[in-house]
Formats: sequence, structure tokens, C-alpha cells
Amino acid sequence: MTTPSTPSGDMQPRDATYWAQQGTNLKLSDVPAGAINLNVEGRSVVGPLQGFGKMWQKTYRVRLVDALVQPTEVIATWKENFQSFWPKGNRFYAPLTGITPGEVALLNLKTGGMPLSTGVLVLYADDESFTLMTPQGHMFAGWITFSAYVDDGATVAQAQVLMRANDPIYEMGLTMGGHKQEDKFWEHTLKSLAARFGVLAPVQIQAVCVDPKRKWAHAKNIRHNAAMRTVLSAPSRWFHRGRKQ
Amino acid sequence: MSQPNVVMSVRHVDAKISIIDIQGDITALAENALMEAISQANMPSVRAIILNFGGLEFMNSGGIGLLVTLLIRMNRQKQHLLAYGLSEHYKHIFELTRLNEVIGVYDTEVGAVAAAARLT
Repeated sequence: MTTPSTPSGDMQPRDATYWAQQGTNLKLSDVPAGAINLNVEGRSVVGPLQGFGKMWQKTYRVRLVDALVQPTEVIATWKENFQSFWPKGNRFYAPLTGITPGEVALLNLKTGGMPLSTGVLVLYADDESFTLMTPQGHMFAGWITFSAYVDDGATVAQAQVLMRANDPIYEMGLTMGGHKQEDKFWEHTLKSLAARFGVLAPVQIQAVCVDPKRKWAHAKNIRHNAAMRTVLSAPSRWFHRGRKQ
Repeated sequence: MSQPNVVMSVRHVDAKISIIDIQGDITALAENALMEAISQANMPSVRAIILNFGGLEFMNSGGIGLLVTLLIRMNRQKQHLLAYGLSEHYKHIFELTRLNEVIGVYDTEVGAVAAAARLT
């Protein structure tokens, strides 16, 4: 009897299964009921180097003091209940398979009172962190990494955004209150996560301007602006909804 | 927090080009090691730094973020960042995160050094 040969996967790097495997264009496997599916299918993901505005690294942290919880448990809970920690009025339609590498999630958000339909790619996911990357037309070009780690005896939950505003309109919006709105969003999220583990703790916010230069060559990203497209497509969506009823 | 699992060593090709050999993991924890290597590589006349990823064993999204911030820092100093030795898996990650559009990626050290020489 021969032992089956080990698959060549043994030669794979340790992180091989943690990264999305597809190309840069998004493909939706399913559209959850009630979700508005706009500005996602076929869009390319964009990193912070493809955006327009100043580049920011913003870090939001909460120390889960006195909670006997391991980082892996925090991340498992966060992945499983991602939407439930968000402020009301914003929807994250998780893929059926959950937050796993390569999956695409639809986002229906309210920004400055306006609807915004977009999505994210699960770029990376392991037991202690996961990263969502944005597509063309999203408010920002970049990614956000959710992680948990032990620091000085306590487990810390963290969300870290590395981004530029995708186009001049979003950059103006971020400058005129958008950054504060985003800070409130993630502060709410981390407080809700901490509350899940019985912790009431402040959220530390740190913002670093990594690059103060705007990339004018990328101003043309405005043609993909998902907020404008969502608003402009609203009459058509209402018409189709009316016909179905 | 955990300790970084990475060793970096610096070679000076000539007055304008330095190479950093990376052995181990590139995660956010590698920041201090990378910045230390960059400061060793960064002689006043250096115009290009080449990262040798031939010994890369693990990289997460924190590591990619580290490379982005390094690139911005180097661009600000009018320096070039290049890379070689990436396996197919890591080439794919560079493509997915679109780092390959801004960091010159080469198969060999000879190719990367030649490209750096043209840039400097």
C-alpha cells in the first residue's frame, strides 16, 4: 500500500489560504434579498495608491479590559456579527459563506443623509485579522483591517483604515465633516463589539496623514462616484419596484 | 504583542543603489526592523532601494500596508522602491493590491539593479 502523495500545497506559503485568489475585478456570487446591488459587479478594487485625496492611516482601538477573551474569539465574533455592530441605517450584506477571502459584500450606507450603494472585497482573512478592500466609486480607495491582539495583558480590538478619498467630491466631503462621521462610525462599532464581551471602554482614535499630497492624476475617478450613481439611479429603481408590485 | 519573525540585511550595490534582503514574515510587527534596514540602506547618495523578497515566508495585509507607507516615504524623498524575488503567490498579492503599479517588480536581482540604475 502506498501513501498518497502529499499535495503540492505543502509548498505553499503559510498565508496562501488567507488571501483572495481572484483578479482585481469584483464578481458577486449572490445578491441578498433587500440589498441594492449597484456599483460593485465588474468594478476594480482600488488601493490607497489609486485614490485622489490625502492619504490617511486611522486607527481605532478598544481595550477589552477584564474580559477573558482571546484575540481569535474576538475576531470570530466580529466576523460572524459584523453588521450588528454598525450604527443603524447602514447595512453590510455579508456573503453567504461569511467573511472569507475573495468574497464580496454589498454595502448600503447613508453618508451625509444620502444613500450610497457600494461593496467591498474580503482581501485577507485569518484567525486574528481580516481586511476589506474597496472598489472604484467607493468613498475611499484603500482597505480597512480589523484585528485583535494581546497588549499588556489585555486583548485589544482594532480597526485600521489606510485610505485616500477616491475622488475630489469625496475628498471635499471628508474634509467637511466626513472624517468626523467616519470616526463616529468606527467608534460606535468598536464600542458595540466591546459591549458584546461585557466591556464598557473608551475607543482610542489615532489619525496620521501619511501623504498630504492629492493625486490630481486620479481626479478622473469621479466618473465612478458611487454616491452620485446611487442617487441618479433612484428613480429607475423606484419605477422597477413599482412595476413589480 | 508578538515579536516580529523577520531578519533584514542590507547590501550596498553602489553609491546610489542598496538592497534589503528580507528573510521571514512581513506583518505590521516588522515595521521597526524595516525602518532600521531602510536607515542602514539610506546613505545620502542612495536614490533607489531594492527589496529582495526571496526569503519571504509570510505576509498579511498589515505587511502590505507597511510597504505602502514605506513607498510614500521614499517618494517624498525622491527615491525609488523596487522589488524582486517574489514567488507567484506574492506577485498575485502585489497585483491584487495594485502595488505592482507603483513598485517595479523584477524576477531577478540583475533585472532589478539594471532597472534601478536606469532610474537613478
